Amino acid sequence: MTTTAAPARPRAGGPHRAPARWASRWPAWRAFVLLTLPMVAGLLLFKYVAIGWGLLLSFNDARGTISLGSWNGLENYRRLLGDPAFTRSLVTILVFTVFIVPVTFALALGLAVLVNRLRGGRAFFRTTFFIPAAVSYVVGALVWKMSLFSGTPSGVANSLAYLLGYEDSIGWVATVDPPLYWIVLVTVRLWLQTGFYMILFLAGIQQIPAQLYEAARVDGAHTEWQLFRHITWPMLRNTSVAVTLLLIINAFQAFDEFYNILASNLSGLGGADGRTPLIYLFQTALGEQNYGAGSAGAFVVTALIVVFTLLQGRFAGFGRTAEEEGR
Amino acid sequence: MRKRHPGSYAAAIVFAVPFLLPFYLLIRNALMTRRELGSLDWHWWPEEISFQGFADAFGNEAVPLAHALWNSALIATISAPLSTLLASMAGYALARIPVAASRPVFFFIIATMMVPGAATFIPTFVVVGSMGGVNTMWGLIVPGLFSAFAVLLFRGFYLRFPRELEDAGRVDGLGFLGLYARLALPNSGALFASLGILSFIEHWNAFLWPLVIGQDPDYWTVQVALSTNLNQQAVNLPALFAGALVAILPLVALFLIAQRWIVRGVLLTGIKG
Repeated sequence: MTTTAAPARPRAGGPHRAPARWASRWPAWRAFVLLTLPMVAGLLLFKYVAIGWGLLLSFNDARGTISLGSWNGLENYRRLLGDPAFTRSLVTILVFTVFIVPVTFALALGLAVLVNRLRGGRAFFRTTFFIPAAVSYVVGALVWKMSLFSGTPSGVANSLAYLLGYEDSIGWVATVDPPLYWIVLVTVRLWLQTGFYMILFLAGIQQIPAQLYEAARVDGAHTEWQLFRHITWPMLRNTSVAVTLLLIINAFQAFDEFYNILASNLSGLGGADGRTPLIYLFQTALGEQNYGAGSAGAFVVTALIVVFTLLQGRFAGFGRTAEEEGR
Repeated sequence: MRKRHPGSYAAAIVFAVPFLLPFYLLIRNALMTRRELGSLDWHWWPEEISFQGFADAFGNEAVPLAHALWNSALIATISAPLSTLLASMAGYALARIPVAASRPVFFFIIATMMVPGAATFIPTFVVVGSMGGVNTMWGLIVPGLFSAFAVLLFRGFYLRFPRELEDAGRVDGLGFLGLYARLALPNSGALFASLGILSFIEHWNAFLWPLVIGQDPDYWTVQVALSTNLNQQAVNLPALFAGALVAILPLVALFLIAQRWIVRGVLLTGIKG
């Protein structure tokens, strides 16, 4: 075995101290293969094969089957983009992203600055803001739908509204015009995810050298706002870019809270069509068993996410050069 | 630089209230009777604490909550250490074993990070389904074991691993596998714990994949069971909240006990992600 199963490449040619002879290279190869094989095989099967198969399926009329053979070209893509329910789901997720990303960003940054200013009790407040990250989106949706924003008079939001003089109880999830259900959807994700990003900002803030603030004070920056504007904010640039990126990617893949809060609206019949692209794809693939269209949709959504992240990277990149040139 | 800011404390308390409110609601609602929770008036606290909600939650035969909790526990306790171990093995090999295939394998692995996970659930479902993975434990667990990102983090960690330690091990006659198992792995406990805990949280809270794969009630996870309860026609509210409270308890406890590791993991995964 040791002599016959020689690896195919004779010379590594790299900077490693590579003994030229096979016999001494063999243990390294064996160890390398043993250690990487599970990961490589797993990714090959569940990513590469899956994506390749999905891509081929998206060019097939694959209803009730996951085998190839009934090629129909771009028909799935054409039908998908021509389906108002799918394009509406794209609009839904765009609107949702436009809302949730800046709001979470601002709240997470604000809470990080706030927690950083505390001396005693900092751990308590940090834990308080962070601990919702332990809760699943299903449980968050459950509390929001059935207690916080429930349509009964004893719901928290309705009890507050009553105190403020609104006698009638409001059906928060069911009200489409004005779109009150958006308040429910945005606030639940806000509660669930803000703490995670606050932790990122907090770490970024704590890495800023204190001398920078002292220097800024010498230069005449006195108010908290000036210090934030001229020191904290520019020093958090990398963190801000990472946070925005993560927020966009996560918002685009929203599924859990829409599925659980808007269950009755998911048929696309009554009230608002609360379907996100992932819910639409879920219904197409799992409900109608149309795996061709479902795969096509998966690639459309993936492409959108990639385009969005690249765009964001571009803007962030331009921001940096402008800032550096400005100094 | 830091002074006392009484205003900051006031603001912190104002923000803390809505962040804690949902936890309070979970506890209050779980301890109420159906009649009291269904009444039209606001009650700060149950008149009489009732555990009927818990009994109802676990006694519902249509939604086997105890079994779902068991499934979730099984999935998370298998997935978290195993996925972290697989990532650490690959990360070590890529960082420390000088073979020509190292670079292509590295790119093969990190290229998968370009594709966002949730959007590919249909292609993955097609593969797992064709292998007979629907309504199986392995179908729920195995596809979630391979994290290219964790490989990247472990590779970075092992690249900084002190060479002297390895040299000493080599003198003692250890090969690459021995160096990994005896020296590298035991010395990566902090990273292992951080990523392992995050992986546990992720698997416990996962919803979309278990919903797709575990269609039979025998394979429901706790999240799928709660979602089923939530979307029933006549919801037993105290039971619903009791179930949710039980479902979040393990992770809330984990957050309180192991927050240091979790924060470390978040920083590792967040900044580079």
